[in-house]
Amino acid sequence: MFAAVVSLTVLGISLGFGLGYAARILKVEVSPIVEEVSAMMPGSQCGQCGYPGCRPAAEAIVRGDAPITICPPGGRALAEDLAAKLGVAVNLSDLADHVPMLARVSEATCIGCTRCFKACPTDAIVGAPKQLHMVIQDACTGCGACVDVCPTECLQLHPIKETLRTWKWTKPEPELVAA
Amino acid sequence: MKLFHFRGGVHPEANKHHTAHKTIRVMPMPKKLYVPLQQHVGAAAEPQVEIGQHVLKGQLLAHSQGNISAPVHAPTSGTVVAIGDFSAPHPSGLPVRTITIEADGEDRWMECNIPADPFELDPTEISTRVGAAGVVGMGGATFPAAVKLRLGMRSDIHTFIVNGGECEPYLTCDDRLMRERSIELIDGIRIVMRALQPQKTYIAIEDNKPEAIAILTEACKPYDNITVVAVPAQYPMGSAQHMITTITGVEVPADGRSADVGVLVHNVGTVVAIHKAVRHGQALISRIVTVGGGAMTEPQNVEVPIGALLSDVIEFCGGFKEKPARLVMGGPMMGLVMPHLDVPVVKGTSGIIGLTLDEITPKPTMPCIRCASCVDACPSGLVPLEMASNIRSGELEGAIKFGLVDCIACGCCAYVCPSQIPLVQYFNYAKDELAAQQRAKHKAEETRKLVETRKQRIEAEIAARAAAAAARKAAKAQKASEASA
Repeated sequence: MFAAVVSLTVLGISLGFGLGYAARILKVEVSPIVEEVSAMMPGSQCGQCGYPGCRPAAEAIVRGDAPITICPPGGRALAEDLAAKLGVAVNLSDLADHVPMLARVSEATCIGCTRCFKACPTDAIVGAPKQLHMVIQDACTGCGACVDVCPTECLQLHPIKETLRTWKWTKPEPELVAA
Repeated sequence: MKLFHFRGGVHPEANKHHTAHKTIRVMPMPKKLYVPLQQHVGAAAEPQVEIGQHVLKGQLLAHSQGNISAPVHAPTSGTVVAIGDFSAPHPSGLPVRTITIEADGEDRWMECNIPADPFELDPTEISTRVGAAGVVGMGGATFPAAVKLRLGMRSDIHTFIVNGGECEPYLTCDDRLMRERSIELIDGIRIVMRALQPQKTYIAIEDNKPEAIAILTEACKPYDNITVVAVPAQYPMGSAQHMITTITGVEVPADGRSADVGVLVHNVGTVVAIHKAVRHGQALISRIVTVGGGAMTEPQNVEVPIGALLSDVIEFCGGFKEKPARLVMGGPMMGLVMPHLDVPVVKGTSGIIGLTLDEITPKPTMPCIRCASCVDACPSGLVPLEMASNIRSGELEGAIKFGLVDCIACGCCAYVCPSQIPLVQYFNYAKDELAAQQRAKHKAEETRKLVETRKQRIEAEIAARAAAAAARKAAKAQKASEASA
């Protein structure tokens, strides 16, 4: 009995120290910039960028494999922040062809299956079983997670409608060059 | 009285003589009125009438919501026929939520809540009544007047300036108002003075309106605490900040408000609306509009019900002499180009100006020659040419460093530019772009919060399920042990 207790205690302590030491010297170095970039991402893990989540996307951006304009929900603001953080030139023309979209439920075909609001990463869909579901436009990032799970295709992404609040003056045309 | 000067400014041709001598005509009630729910700075009003409901003149159609907002009222008696989207008086022509009223022709007022004596009212009661009447800044800024009054009451106002500058060319609606409605104006001023208790009150009028100055000086004689001041005619004198500098010599700080320097400025139209609201309990449902410009057959000042279409107003004034090359709502310096005539007159509509090709003289834009005329003209002390060149190359941050946020979009720089560079459009573009970026950033932050709360909720659910399962297991074990015992 006594021998068993002592041997197991010694084993436990030595393995514990061994693991602790190994964790120190074999530590995987994570670039602090990845942490920072990952904190800047929306964090909804929507996968629109083609990476499995925000962190892998952040790693790819830091490695230089992905452009800083890769995140559609982050949009222009995120791209500019990333450009400032990483000290790279931002080419916003990549964003130009990506029209910001929002999900909308078509009232006629929603069967109230509840699948979409379980899938929504930002809780932007409200509803109850066998009741019509609704998308809260302000909370939707247009990631399309709901579109994938909708069995009746009643959830679709639509371009954001321009309103008086979002309407912008256009940039003036560059002036004529004097002959 | 000693006056001060502000730097810059321009002297555009006033063109006020077409309308300044004509008395204000009251427009007959059109058959249909389109009352937008957003006619002011801040949150849109929320409708509280239903389609098919009969309303009386002055009745509340939509109440204000949030701290900075204003209600809207029925301009005449009639039936609500629609609540929905209608073209906004805005260059984009985008729709805005609008209540449409079909007039019943009776034009019957609702029963108004009239105080026995406005000068017995508590200051907060005055601002409440002004707010309930939907009064907003009628010089064009459309900031809710009650919010401004409340702000003033909190921050110890020593000077109250009544702004009769009207520096925009063509516009004479304030001039006519001062001449024809001086008694209402002075009553309104005394009501505001009751609310704010300022030490000094000035009615500031540009010296190109000698008749208005004479009439108001005469009307102010019984009240020795109200002084009429003739200020030099110089655009943008009507800007509140520049008016304050001219009268008090103090400059409003870059990120501050006029209340920070102890001054409150109200436009003369706003003060008359305050008089109507407090003295008669009447909501703001009509305003005086200058219909002018070379394309108008009969330029004049008209009292128009809010919600009347521009086409109705122009038809009342005899239509167009020729097709206008540009139709502007407001003054020609700061007004907005209208997409078409089927948009309603709103609380901030000071003018409907139809300009001919001769008046706008469009010329091609040439490159900037860095002559710095715009620097001399800028009344806010900015460097427009540097701001524009930064914006042109996409450096919005650079433009902010040169003071973009302090730009009041008065248009002096573009007016003097020998290369006809649309400088104000550059600045408007940059301001909108920055606002959009701010919105995007805000949304990203909110999204992050939503994701966090969802994660926590799901973790809590899993933990709760595990706890429930453990409890069930424990209960089962206990039962089994009891059974065996």
